[in-house]
Amino acid sequence: MEEITALFHGFAVVLTPFNLMLMLIGITLGVIIGVLPGLGGANGVAILLPLTFTMSPTSAIIMLSCIYWGALFGGAITSILFNIPGEPWSVATTFDGYPMAQQGNAGEALTGAFTSSFVGALVAVIMFTFLAPLVAKFALQFGPPEFFSVYLLTFCSFVGTGKGNPFKIIASMMLGFAMAAVGIDIVTGQLRLTFELEVMLSGFHFLVAVIGLFGIGEILLSMEEGLSFSGQTARINTRIVIETWKKLPRYWATSIRSCVIGCWMGIIPGGATPASFMSYGVARRMSARGDKFGTGELEGVVAPETAAHAAGTSALLPMITLGIPGSPTAAVLLGGLLIWGLQPGPLLFVEQKDFVWGLIASMYLGNIAGLIVVLTAVPLFAAILRVPFPIIAPVIVVICAIGAYTVKNNMFDVWLMLVFGVVGYVFKKLDYPLAPMVLALVLGDAAESAFRQSMLMSQGTMTIFWSNWLAGSLTTLALALLLWPFISQLKAKLRPT
Amino acid sequence: MSHEPQAAPGGTRTVVIDLVTAAIIFGLGALVSWDTYRLGASWGAEGPQAGYFPFYIGLIICISSAVVLGQSLAKLGRDKSVFVQREQLRQVMIILLPSTVYVLGIQFLGIYVSSAVFICLFMRIVGSYTWLRSAVVGVAVSSVTFPLFEIWFTIPLPKGPLEALLGY
Repeated sequence: MEEITALFHGFAVVLTPFNLMLMLIGITLGVIIGVLPGLGGANGVAILLPLTFTMSPTSAIIMLSCIYWGALFGGAITSILFNIPGEPWSVATTFDGYPMAQQGNAGEALTGAFTSSFVGALVAVIMFTFLAPLVAKFALQFGPPEFFSVYLLTFCSFVGTGKGNPFKIIASMMLGFAMAAVGIDIVTGQLRLTFELEVMLSGFHFLVAVIGLFGIGEILLSMEEGLSFSGQTARINTRIVIETWKKLPRYWATSIRSCVIGCWMGIIPGGATPASFMSYGVARRMSARGDKFGTGELEGVVAPETAAHAAGTSALLPMITLGIPGSPTAAVLLGGLLIWGLQPGPLLFVEQKDFVWGLIASMYLGNIAGLIVVLTAVPLFAAILRVPFPIIAPVIVVICAIGAYTVKNNMFDVWLMLVFGVVGYVFKKLDYPLAPMVLALVLGDAAESAFRQSMLMSQGTMTIFWSNWLAGSLTTLALALLLWPFISQLKAKLRPT
Repeated sequence: MSHEPQAAPGGTRTVVIDLVTAAIIFGLGALVSWDTYRLGASWGAEGPQAGYFPFYIGLIICISSAVVLGQSLAKLGRDKSVFVQREQLRQVMIILLPSTVYVLGIQFLGIYVSSAVFICLFMRIVGSYTWLRSAVVGVAVSSVTFPLFEIWFTIPLPKGPLEALLGY
């Protein structure tokens, strides 16, 4: 068991007082970020990323991934107590979590949510521990055509699995690619799309885009809805925790199903949000008490939370092993790796053993620490939400501005952040998805160079993407996913009514 | 988004915004294609030229936004939903306009002074807090961020005349 030895080595790397402190800071910050409107996982990690430039990569990834776990936990608090999903993946948790809180069972709902989040994450981490080295080893044989077909699959699956207008998904994604191309071309050294403007020379930084699109955009949306927080109070004590834990094993079948859905949706870039909805839907259909769902069933909290956390965790698997993030937050973490001078992808497992296994070990420890922090400090986090919006809103704008400035110490980026904020607001209202745009902005250069190298290898013919069974099946699958919305539309039209 | 027809009490219809957005995206796509075509989007002496990949990206932007444009044109007569109610727009502007002034302020006063002023005024005017409470929160946020960034993280943020006066 090579992995077990490596994992224990990872624990040894992580278990220093400094790293443990970072872990706790990360979890706490993450929960706060998850609780506050306008500061999501992706945006929170993006703002804090520049602060980690001086740390060692291992310490930095520990802190940032713990922020991510914290944000995953934090979303549940607002869903259950305030009926406001702090994060998109906790929307499904409101369906049964808030009714439970209204009936006075907030403690039970929260304990159930946190515990099942933990279980989901743990299962995903165990899968990660054993699957990631295999995927990485397999991917070592990849050449440019294989990599490009994996990129293609990632982007096409947004179109295939997305619910909105496929043309809007494509437009949003391609805008991301176009923004990634701005600046100096890495191969020829020529300036592209800069229009002789000095500020365009360094291109668009994805962190600025993330802070604007997700941070400022979210604040504008929250303002429009005229947020008024009126929440339930939560009391969690040891007795409630233990009583809820006694009930949870009853839902083992739901847990297993949700873990499987979550892990699968996380690896393919579906992400935590659809995973939580799908898991809730499946649980409602399969459960004996399915008709009671929506009125305050604990099982209706367990299902989405388990899946969301499992998906959030397994989204890191393709990020680490292939360099392809499964979610916007994973995309931001990937950008972080590049800034710290690490090249994500299969070689990471060979060249940066300390980093990779330190990260995996911190996933185990971070989730344990997360569970303890949220179970003990719920009232504190709920109190943050009671801070009135006229205080929170300008403070978040200030935090976003600082975050955008520190990316490149550039004032222009702060203006860009505002522009991206308005774009994020309009796009969200018009159903243009933001996740594909961010992913394209992060992966644009890598996808382009994989494409150009493939073209060089084949002297410009596209058949190289079908030159072997692996690239061929990936490309075919990708194109099938791309065409899927059109095929299903056509089918619906042809069906006799 | 609600698609049921509403009696529009002033406010642009969603479909019009959709149309304009698609047109802007089309323009951006055309700009990308044009600039990369100028740069060379074909096959050079040593392989694909610099504009090879982005040229097609621009083309796909144009095609997909043209389809969206067509879809919204088809809906133009029917869809009556309003993009944003006047009251909602007012709410959005309440945070957007001060934020814009704030960013402008950063350039002249530095980030610490303008953050304190921004938070203080926002609390006072939008939240109707007393001057004292607003000022305390505003100054507190800046006095926490200053040592955090300038001393602990040693990341210099934009500074203005006040910091210069204090010797930074």
